[in-house]
Amino acid sequence: MAQNAVPSTEALDHLVVPKRKTDVVGIISRVFFWILIVALMFYTLFPFYWAIVSSLKPNNEIFATPATYWPRNLDLSHYQFVLSNGKFLQALRNSIIVSVGTTLLALLFGATGAYALGRLKFRGRTAALYLILAMTMFPAVAILGSLFQMVRGDWFLHTPNLYNTKTALVITYLTFALPFTVWVLTNFFKAMPGELEEAALVDGATNFRAFWEILLPLAMPGLVTTGLLAFIGAWNEYLYALTFTTDYRAKTVQVAIAQFSGNTEYELPFANKMAASVIVTVPLIALVLIFQRKILAGLTSGAVKG
Amino acid sequence: MSAISDVLPADQPPILNMKGGNKPTSAVGRRQERLAWIMLFPSLLVVAVVALYPLFETFRLSLTNTRLASAREPRYVGLENYTDLLTDPLWWSSFQHTVQFTVISVLIETVLGMIIALVINSNFKGRGLVRAAILVPWAIPTVVSATMWQWMYHDVFGVVNDMAVNRLHILPDKVAWIANPSTALWSIIAVDVWKTTPFMALLLLAGLQVIPGDVYEASTVDGANRWQQFWQITLPLVAPALLVALIFRTLDAFRVFDVIFVMKGYATETMSVAVMARQTLIDKARLGEGSAIAAAIFVCISVLVVIYTRLIKIEEA
Repeated sequence: MAQNAVPSTEALDHLVVPKRKTDVVGIISRVFFWILIVALMFYTLFPFYWAIVSSLKPNNEIFATPATYWPRNLDLSHYQFVLSNGKFLQALRNSIIVSVGTTLLALLFGATGAYALGRLKFRGRTAALYLILAMTMFPAVAILGSLFQMVRGDWFLHTPNLYNTKTALVITYLTFALPFTVWVLTNFFKAMPGELEEAALVDGATNFRAFWEILLPLAMPGLVTTGLLAFIGAWNEYLYALTFTTDYRAKTVQVAIAQFSGNTEYELPFANKMAASVIVTVPLIALVLIFQRKILAGLTSGAVKG
Repeated sequence: MSAISDVLPADQPPILNMKGGNKPTSAVGRRQERLAWIMLFPSLLVVAVVALYPLFETFRLSLTNTRLASAREPRYVGLENYTDLLTDPLWWSSFQHTVQFTVISVLIETVLGMIIALVINSNFKGRGLVRAAILVPWAIPTVVSATMWQWMYHDVFGVVNDMAVNRLHILPDKVAWIANPSTALWSIIAVDVWKTTPFMALLLLAGLQVIPGDVYEASTVDGANRWQQFWQITLPLVAPALLVALIFRTLDAFRVFDVIFVMKGYATETMSVAVMARQTLIDKARLGEGSAIAAAIFVCISVLVVIYTRLIKIEEA
């Protein structure tokens, strides 16, 4: 079955195997192959389909047994509830600000650092690369307690208490966003052809100008991909958002969804949760599908999980 | 091929005015070296402040009895937090859940991911659509996927029970998948497998796509069947990509927090070491003991990294 997957052998089978046999075997394996594809599509898509369907059902249909797989009546009241909920909108705003802030800072620091690591030669380069690589595997929970102290300004420096602020989230999110950005962009810069930069250098431009005026514009596709992945990482983050915030001044949508309640205290909150889930996920899925190819390239060079 | 050299940029950037070695000799080289450090400085500063220093603090705090937001003067207690931890049954059950979660989910994700990668790697109509579809679970935030599955697993109204009991008649009665301690961890593993298998499949697909087709053609002429081709050609050639994927997945699975916390909170029957660390650090405000747990997690992850780099070196030889 899975061996069908190897494309080059399929064409050759017709040459090696007698034709009549190929037809029967071919049809059976083809049917099997398509059953596999359908099963795969069902497995990957059904849970999200179910979230959408549940968010669109009126309350009495959500809790119907047996369940309806195609909603009989479409009902937008859960979306109305979620979108008229000031707290949820505030959380959505917080998430956007934190994710965009994290992405921009990671790109700014990451691109300059990656240029140095990818295109300049200096003592300590290998050590710096290993440090960055090690940081990409860093477990966030290992520094949760000490970061909490630092966020509250409770360490050897006199820093303001940033607990329950978006600033705290942006700074702490750099622990995972920055090493990843540096890593992927280093590989990206390294793979770029040297001629343009060399020409600029021969013309008397400094290395920094060559970076700023020539390489950086050329690196735009890489910046977009890396930025997108950093944005997704920040948008999906949960542990730090849960720990360093307490109310809707800084709470992000991930925390809000996990804590979402029903319209009344007796109602199960699932329909509203599903509506909120669909709202925060659809833009993400759209982005991922639009930038599919770039994301695949970025993922394979950075090997991160979203 | 070593994974480190696979991911590390090869030492070949087109550097001007210099040949070989990282040591600059000319004036231009020295200027370049200074520029490199200036450009690297912001990143190194951030890493030092928000990662290296807190890591050092975690180890330091783990040797004290510090409490969170407490006026009491913390005291140095030596290795007491560690000896207490190693005799704490909750630590061992959490450790066991974490290992179970890691081994089982990574194993299933690898096998399933390989099958999916092989399927997508073949030429068929609608291939792009299938590849886009498997990206969907990956794009969904962990909290959202945990919430979605929580609803699907609902004991009375959940679609999983509806399918198993009312439609397919596989189960005689509805199961409280998450509430029942004997099914809870498995249910959570299933969510992780659903969300993460696409990632695995995409990494393996990248490895498969660099295998030249004529290798298969030659072996077909030699009479090898597809099963033999898989074991003797595909698997060895995709091994470097597989190892890199395994490293990242194992490290990621070992620090699992989101999916377990959203679905089960601090319930002890599914508690992972990361969940236990957060409870001790934040909810119980025991910064000393909690830091010992955090340090232990860091050590476990480091051991995993070392084991994997060794394995990769063997692979290379």
